[in-house]
Amino acid sequence: MLAQFRKPTYHRKCASARGVTVAKAAIDVKTVADDDEFRGTFHVYEPYRAGLPRNFSGYLKELWRRREFMNEMTRANVRANQLDTLFGRLWNVINPLLMGLVYLLLVLILARGATIPHYFVYLLAGLFIFDVLETSMSQGAKSVTSAGKMVTNTAFPKALLPLSAVRGALAELWPSLIVLVVAALAFGIRPQFTWVLAIPVLALLTVFCAGMAMLLATMQVYFRDTRSFLPYFMRLWFFASPVLWAADQLPKSGEFLRYINPMFDFVATWSNAIVYGEWPNPQVWLVMSGWALLALVLGGYVFLSRERDFAVRI
Amino acid sequence: MTYRTTFEKRPTLKDSLRRVGRGERVVREVEALKDVSFDLPRSRVLGIVGNNGAGKTTLVRAISGILPPTEGRIEIRGRVSTLLALGVGFNPKLSGYENIMLGGLAVGYSRAEVEEKTDEIAEWTELGDFLEMPMTTYSSGMSARLAFAVAVHMEPDILIVDEALSTGDASFKAKAHEKMNSLLAEAHTMVLVSHALATVEELCTDAIWLEKGELKMYGTPAEVIAAYNASTGVDPAAVTTMQDF
Repeated sequence: MLAQFRKPTYHRKCASARGVTVAKAAIDVKTVADDDEFRGTFHVYEPYRAGLPRNFSGYLKELWRRREFMNEMTRANVRANQLDTLFGRLWNVINPLLMGLVYLLLVLILARGATIPHYFVYLLAGLFIFDVLETSMSQGAKSVTSAGKMVTNTAFPKALLPLSAVRGALAELWPSLIVLVVAALAFGIRPQFTWVLAIPVLALLTVFCAGMAMLLATMQVYFRDTRSFLPYFMRLWFFASPVLWAADQLPKSGEFLRYINPMFDFVATWSNAIVYGEWPNPQVWLVMSGWALLALVLGGYVFLSRERDFAVRI
Repeated sequence: MTYRTTFEKRPTLKDSLRRVGRGERVVREVEALKDVSFDLPRSRVLGIVGNNGAGKTTLVRAISGILPPTEGRIEIRGRVSTLLALGVGFNPKLSGYENIMLGGLAVGYSRAEVEEKTDEIAEWTELGDFLEMPMTTYSSGMSARLAFAVAVHMEPDILIVDEALSTGDASFKAKAHEKMNSLLAEAHTMVLVSHALATVEELCTDAIWLEKGELKMYGTPAEVIAAYNASTGVDPAAVTTMQDF
């Protein structure tokens, strides 16, 4: 019915004509109305060029629309990992506790850190908040490469994958917070008004983690060694953040850390607010927001501009 | 549509020393599709036949928006549902019901839409109590049933099926056949990649033959299959009685 070399007749966007047109000849792009890439009834696929998707707001809308998929995926992964274990969901609480105990032991052996009051609670607070970053980054890094089947067989906004990792990290945080609150009360720290600060700090940190997860996910696709380097990088970052030590214990030579370590302010503000009831300076909020925004823009740009290349590289 | 891949030649000791642990990288360009152009109007069923490695799966992934073309342009009007691999988004440790939800969400439907359809899908699979058990307990045929059920129940405008259904017992094949027919009756467009030429002949209104990335022929199923068989030299009688569904 159609001869092999027939030049395809070009249909303008008309709702009644549904079908597939595959054409080799380049057609003037601007005459075709652009629609939402994943959901709308008119899609145009063109050669991959690095750069943000043409319909950026459509992409974001689709991302929002698919949030249920992301939630379900996170939940499914968490459940699947715990299904065969004996303690099952109790691990959500056991994990943070064990982690805190291990580090407490480490520091007690070193016998230097336990000089600030309520050290154990301070340690727990810092640990848990840093863990959000660590989980986001390590799960985020493998999120795209391990979802190979989904990437090569379904069309969906792939930013869902690293974002799902961040969501997983947050899901791990809630039970840890319960442990933290119990520990705080047990060691004589009364609930204070500054605890409310935890919410905005966490919100900003989530944004930061999202950016980092997307960045790492892209890096992993192009440079598969990333995951091997990551644990060492995270250790360094951990020691450079005020988790094992307090912000005012910083010697003069270490002052530069305050400026180059994004997590410095996040961890310090969070831990000080929870344990000591300290209000941060207003400029600290600016710094935290700045880091969060930087990470999001950088990570987001790198990921979204290269996303269409992933299916070929996995 | 050209793939560019690198692979490492087996490193000799000298190579490893010279190149810091890696062997020499060789770049290969694979032209998976060359100059493929066609129009598929609504409510046609397109069959794609060809040898292995002819570019059928690449073509189908390009149409679905998964692989961007290296040259040219693809336009689709309508919602696409793909069955390119079984159980995309499925987590085998979870139960059948949970995987219906995952599979439906993975394809792009909202939670409410999937919940609406769950009972219908569950009944269609005829897996009964197995649906509450983890998919690790299923046979491959049962998994195939479930995956197929999820894909076809989602009311796609354009359904793309890639050689997905060689497992499945006879009764399932009959059901799948029936379901495909009903989808067609609702005037949907379908693209079917298959080696089972009897299915192509029966279900498809148009067919294309791909060979080594080139579009050799676009015509009615009968013509295309005849030409394809002539070129492969296989006895037509043996081949055309194969059926997927």
